[in-house]
Amino acid sequence: MIMKNAVVSQNEDQVVRENSRAERSYVSPAVNIFETKDGFVLEAEMPGVNKEGLEITLDGSALTLVGRRSDVAPQTEPIYQESRPTHFRRVFELDPALDTAKIDARMEQGVLTLSLPKTEKVKPRKIAVS
Amino acid sequence: MSVWDPFRKLSTLRDEIDRLFDHPLSALSETTQPFLSGWLPAVDLFEDKDNFTVKAELPGMKKDEIEIALHDGVLSLSGERKSDEKYESAQACRSERFLGRFQRTLALPAEVVADKVHATYKDGILTVTLPKAEEAKPKQIEVTVK
Repeated sequence: MIMKNAVVSQNEDQVVRENSRAERSYVSPAVNIFETKDGFVLEAEMPGVNKEGLEITLDGSALTLVGRRSDVAPQTEPIYQESRPTHFRRVFELDPALDTAKIDARMEQGVLTLSLPKTEKVKPRKIAVS
Repeated sequence: MSVWDPFRKLSTLRDEIDRLFDHPLSALSETTQPFLSGWLPAVDLFEDKDNFTVKAELPGMKKDEIEIALHDGVLSLSGERKSDEKYESAQACRSERFLGRFQRTLALPAEVVADKVHATYKDGILTVTLPKAEEAKPKQIEVTVK
């Protein structure tokens, strides 16, 4: 069973919904989501993940982010360890008003930045008065 | 000399209680907030024959936002992440990432060579390599048979 909880918008439209099913072998990356006039920007923190370890899949409206850590611990026992050497995974449900063909992803210093543009027809438009 | 007025004291007490209800724990939260909700990046410490290695998870920083200091065998990592001006006008729908200052200090278990400490920053992970001082390295003692 998939449990969903609405995540994003303050004004109660369904914008991006998130699948909060617990994934035991993964940790959920911290995300920031911003809404701009053209769409949404999602930033996900995945320290230790590079471009090659990243897997972004879109299945219907479910956007799955998986980040596999490439930083191998030194071949020695840690004296002290706070980090969890687990991979990252988080699923978001996208609003149909997003133009999934135009999603753009960038990975920089362990932060994935996704830009999710809105389709042309939902963007606010100025109507010229003739 | 003032005339003793039993109700004056009472009214200041009343004001005091009102103030407490108006601003519950305001004085407390102002001072303790940075400690309770601050950003504490995860830090690991590894040891091998020649080096101590410290790793800190600091995703999305710039190189010059990270400060590393070594003093009396205590390594201190600090820095500040500022909000992205690009999205200042945008509406935040979710903000789970930490902003602001962090500081972590770690006492190293043995002496290191301060001049040879070096740091790299890759994929959001800061790695500080601290070579051990000669006297801190494990030594093999040969037994001579006479």
